[in-house]
Amino acid sequence: MIDLEHIHRDFQVGDQFVHALDDVTLHIDAGDYVSIMGPSGSGKSTLLNIIGLLDRPTGGTYRLNGRDVTDLSDAEQAHVRNREIGFVFQAFHLVPRLTAFENVELPLILAGMEPAERQERVREALEAMGLTARARHKPDQLSGGQRQRVAIARATVTRPNVILADEPTGNLDHTSGGEVVRTLEALNAQGIALIVVTHDPLVGERARRQLHMLDGRLHRDVSGHAPA
Amino acid sequence: MRLHSRDAAVFAWGALRGYPARTGLMLLAMAIGVAAVVVLTALGEGARRYVVGEFSALGTNLLIVIPGRSETGGFSPSTLMGETPRDLTIADAEALTRSVNVRRVAPLNVGQSEVSWGGRSREVVIIGATHEYLAIRKWKLGQGQFLPVAKWDRAIPVAVIGGRIRREIFGPHRALGEWLRIGDRRYRVVGILASKGRSIGVDVEDLVIIPVASAQQLFNTPSLFRILVEARSREAIAPAKRFVIETLQRRHQGVKDVTVITQDAVLATFDKILGALTYAVGGIAAISLAVAGILIMNVMLVAVSQRTAEIGLLKALGASRQEITVLILTEAGLLSATGALGGLLLGLLGNGLIRRVLPVLPAQTPLWALLSAIGVAVLTGLLFSILPARRAARLDPVLALSRR
Ligand SMILES: Nc1ncnc2c1ncn2[C@@H]1O[C@H](COP(=O)(O)OP(=O)(O)OP(=O)(O)O)[C@@H](O)[C@H]1O
Ligand SMILES: [Mg+2]
Repeated sequence: MIDLEHIHRDFQVGDQFVHALDDVTLHIDAGDYVSIMGPSGSGKSTLLNIIGLLDRPTGGTYRLNGRDVTDLSDAEQAHVRNREIGFVFQAFHLVPRLTAFENVELPLILAGMEPAERQERVREALEAMGLTARARHKPDQLSGGQRQRVAIARATVTRPNVILADEPTGNLDHTSGGEVVRTLEALNAQGIALIVVTHDPLVGERARRQLHMLDGRLHRDVSGHAPA
Repeated sequence: MRLHSRDAAVFAWGALRGYPARTGLMLLAMAIGVAAVVVLTALGEGARRYVVGEFSALGTNLLIVIPGRSETGGFSPSTLMGETPRDLTIADAEALTRSVNVRRVAPLNVGQSEVSWGGRSREVVIIGATHEYLAIRKWKLGQGQFLPVAKWDRAIPVAVIGGRIRREIFGPHRALGEWLRIGDRRYRVVGILASKGRSIGVDVEDLVIIPVASAQQLFNTPSLFRILVEARSREAIAPAKRFVIETLQRRHQGVKDVTVITQDAVLATFDKILGALTYAVGGIAAISLAVAGILIMNVMLVAVSQRTAEIGLLKALGASRQEITVLILTEAGLLSATGALGGLLLGLLGNGLIRRVLPVLPAQTPLWALLSAIGVAVLTGLLFSILPARRAARLDPVLALSRR
């Protein structure tokens, strides 16, 4: 599903180049469960952002579902993000003035879906996260775990093929973090590919496939672990 | 673009309501700008209508003959001053009655003199006129009669007085039939003007009218201040004017030494001046709209940087640059349209207030001003939001989302 070939991402800082990604070649199957680990600054977020089409590589090609998406226009990339990819962020990134329902509705509004259909989809997504009772709550009326589940509902409401989660448990305590991980794994069990960047080895080791990064390179690629 | 404009409007409206203080301030700035345009143009238009109304009341078929030739032949302050190279006479005025295009002629003299009766006295404007003068000025008589129909060169000792003169000189006493002293002569009061009549530059309450020949004696002059000629109709104005000029040229040994102002020309001049004034005042008020536009730009820039994470998120969720631009512009458009509408209401309210306080001034904003105020407001709002919108559209989503 995801094909990265010789991906480079250089940042220019002053007159120096930082090689955030240095010749990364990576294939990820549809429906896979992948964790990305590694020290701070090793390029985990950069890799995830390129997979999510939030960032463009400075070299290499990226194929998504067989289609070369490396040089798509801004509008085309936005469309792909909307249709194929769900994001879950460490900082949740819920719009504070909108209710849980309205936050989840956002990607469908951007997709140009009709209101009646939207309502149905949002209700389903919130129900799947066990948040039906919280639909009218604003983010500041929700716990951290609930906020992240709203964010997950938002990521899944468009029925994407892949969910990209950058340290989804980073702002959560152990209990609600575990809950969020199990929620994501449940989605993966339904066939959505899951890519999680994490610092927490306990979280990372649950993945079927574990990638370790070092200095912008894929350092280790461990497969075969069954989720515990 | 997949985003529906209706959804964009709802989202933008929510964003505006999310920051009530900022939104309120912007609305106020826009509203004040629009209200200023509405009220100021209403004042200009009101002044124009007031003057036009006054002139119409005076009769637009009027020709004013002034001794002395003005260069332009039009209306200018120096012609109104009536500098005299060759005098107009009562005989000149009589000659002007002999045309089918002329309905009435009134020779005029004006001066100031002391008026007294029974020990009370005061300085008053004295007008020397004829019987026709009342009809030409469209004034009304309160009591008695106006100057009698008589040969114009007969100095009959009668006077018609204004309401205030009657009150202040005669007090509780009967004025009609009394002998009023003007200068060193005495005149019998035959009529009192009704106080209702209004006229530009003349206070009907505060004058005394005597026959023109009497005024010539009183002021010791053989000449006239001017001659009023009323044309028979609007169409008769031009031929009447030609007739007046030719007649007087003939009578003055072939010298064209008079100026004829048509009431029409004066009116047109005032109309033009006041119309231009309305545009100017409207334009000045529109500057406040531009200021409001700049304010909107600043506020939208702040809004964009304040909502960086939100914009980054929208991009992650599938908003293209174009959609972000549309969202920001929708926000600005809603803001300025709402502000403009509020300003419209405020301005119309102000107009109502002015009409109540100054009933003589028909303060009403012309339609062009209403439409352009709203148009300019919305346009500046949008125009000044292009920069913030582009900035938002160009935000790097990775940086936008990583900033806490
Ligand atoms: N916008 C940028 N400009 C310059 N350098 C950048 C930029 N973004 C990332 N980098 C650099 O690229 C490298 C990889 O950054 P990245 O954020 O991918 O690391 P990371 O593995 O996610 O780290 P962490 O675990 O701390 O989140 C780092 O050296 C970082 O300083
Ligand atoms: Mg990171």
